[in-house]
Amino acid sequence: MTTIDPSPTGAFDGIDPFATTRTGAVAVDGDQPSGEAPPRLVGGPPPGSATIETHDLCAWFGDRLVLEGVDLVMPAGEVTALIGPSGCGKSTYLRMLNRMHELVTTASLSGEVLLDGEDIYRAGIRAQEVRIRVGMVFQKPNPFPAMSIRENVLSGLKLARLRCDDRDGLIEWALRRASLWNEVRDRLDQPGGALSGGQQQRLCIARALAVQPNVLLMDEPCSALDPTSTLRIEDTIAELRDEVTVVIVTHNMQQAHRVSDRCAFFLAEENQPGHVVEHGPTAKMFEHPDDPRTLDYVQGRFG
Amino acid sequence: MHVTLRRVRFTAAVTAAATPRPRQVSDEPTRIDRIFGFVTTGAGMTVFVLLGLVGLFLLLRSREAFDVAGWSFFTRVEWRSDTSPPEIGVLGLLTGTVIVAAIAVVVAVPLGTCTALFITDYASARVRGPLTGLVDLLAAIPSLLYGIWGFFVFGAQVVPLSKFLTRHLGWIPIFATEEEAVFTGSMFIAGLVVSLMVLPIIAAVSREVFSQTPQGEKEAALALGGTRWGMIRQVVLPYGKGGIIGGSMLGLGRALGETIAVYMLLPQVPKLTIRILENGGATISGFIARRAGNDQEIPGLMAAGLVLFLLTLATNMLASVIISRSRSGAGIDA
Ligand SMILES: Nc1ncnc2c1ncn2[C@@H]1O[C@H](COP(=O)(O)OP(=O)(O)OP(=O)(O)O)[C@@H](O)[C@H]1O
Ligand SMILES: [Mg+2]
Repeated sequence: MTTIDPSPTGAFDGIDPFATTRTGAVAVDGDQPSGEAPPRLVGGPPPGSATIETHDLCAWFGDRLVLEGVDLVMPAGEVTALIGPSGCGKSTYLRMLNRMHELVTTASLSGEVLLDGEDIYRAGIRAQEVRIRVGMVFQKPNPFPAMSIRENVLSGLKLARLRCDDRDGLIEWALRRASLWNEVRDRLDQPGGALSGGQQQRLCIARALAVQPNVLLMDEPCSALDPTSTLRIEDTIAELRDEVTVVIVTHNMQQAHRVSDRCAFFLAEENQPGHVVEHGPTAKMFEHPDDPRTLDYVQGRFG
Repeated sequence: MHVTLRRVRFTAAVTAAATPRPRQVSDEPTRIDRIFGFVTTGAGMTVFVLLGLVGLFLLLRSREAFDVAGWSFFTRVEWRSDTSPPEIGVLGLLTGTVIVAAIAVVVAVPLGTCTALFITDYASARVRGPLTGLVDLLAAIPSLLYGIWGFFVFGAQVVPLSKFLTRHLGWIPIFATEEEAVFTGSMFIAGLVVSLMVLPIIAAVSREVFSQTPQGEKEAALALGGTRWGMIRQVVLPYGKGGIIGGSMLGLGRALGETIAVYMLLPQVPKLTIRILENGGATISGFIARRAGNDQEIPGLMAAGLVLFLLTLATNMLASVIISRSRSGAGIDA
């Protein structure tokens, strides 16, 4: 990233070379998300971000209660980070927000999940409709390996039966947002499985963005990414704020700090179901949380 | 070991300036591995030897027939062994064999694929187990029973369907019939009965492949707002394509060789026809079964058997090529 500026005008005069910020560096290779609005989709959900909240949400696998009484509000236009040690139920919680939880045969739940005030588990609402509005990026990259990159980005339209008149524009917009455009612009017809792990993950992000959901759930989206791509994804998340509510699970405390407006700390004590210890604005959670366990965790002093 | 090591280091030093050359890497197998390797190699070779022996046996026993009939064996439709020299040909049998097998596969592939999809992606866990067992059980029913059932029960019930097809779709050559046609003992009925026999093979192979579809890709399709059918079409079927084709070819191999049921269901008089709805038709294996009692016919029947052997061999080899090709597509693991 720290390429030497080739311009002959004595660029370093008066300018601190280290001031070349992240954004500046990205601008050099022209892959910076353009910030413009995406091409319109026909038949999709109403555009814009949505508030998602849960009331007394509990989850079981078989007879085992793994998550208990989660009350959280993830306001529209904000980024919420879910943090907590492994196995405390973050993924389970996330999967209940777009009805992926019920795909596990032994899984069950209680409580309610409101998407802009409407219970997504209400009778008469299809899981499919919910999932069009609440997209998801998984921990493990899962592109469709035999499909081309182009088809991968557009696969959501086909699956959700949406129409778009400007498909090429949509592909470019989504890939730019996932900061993958420059790397693949010349080989959009190659199979998605032929990308590196990190590229695959960014392809999955592009694919999820292409259907323009109201809420985007991200389960450790950067765990397979290099630091540069990670920062780019974080930029993307920041820019998408107005268009989509992001809920992100992360084990990276700095990332949670950088990217989120609000934070929720999940914890499962030994042989106890997971629950939310504390939640609130990120700054407060990281600087002076109410619960000592939260401070221990965010400072990496968790035993 | 020591010596080799030193030599390697030595050569490496000498050729340091030259372009690097790949090293020979070898590993000494342990005793148990050697023995086990010997046993498995032996078992594998046995299959090849048996296959070769069967082919050789058929070739030797049928030479007499080929000497008499020459190339006309492949172009003649009739089979008259009472003339002198006998006028025998395999063409009528061959077309009958292929047509019956084709009907069986055309019916069984969609049925078997859908059965497999139902088992892997729609059925609840409670239904899945028993249904899998039931489908496998279909394969365990002796083909004689299929033949009897087809002859006494099923054949008669297909007749109205045959009549319907010829009345409304008779302009399609395969559905055409004569004025006063008899509808029992048709290749259509035989093909349908054989399709039930190949169904379990196709269902089992496809089920195996479908159940290996990566869970992550299935969840991705659903999370994008896909219906279950959309998920199946975009993820499961493309992934399982090799399995469907391979299973179909295996089924085809079985259908080509199916004997007892077609022996009972078809008149087994060689005839060159594509009219599948009316009485008539013969297949190689069914014909051999019917005529095997006459000693003087044996060379001719062996020749026909050789043709069937090569046909099924080619089908199965094609199946394995298709399966291996389809797998070597885009890497699934990153
Ligand atoms: N399919 C399943 N069947 C049974 N139990 C499950 C299943 N998935 C998760 N669990 C259990 O639910 C609990 C919560 O799991 P979950 O995956 O939500 O944890 P997590 O917070 O996402 O952990 P990580 O940070 O390691 O991803 C764990 O104790 C886990 O063992
Ligand atoms: Mg998880």
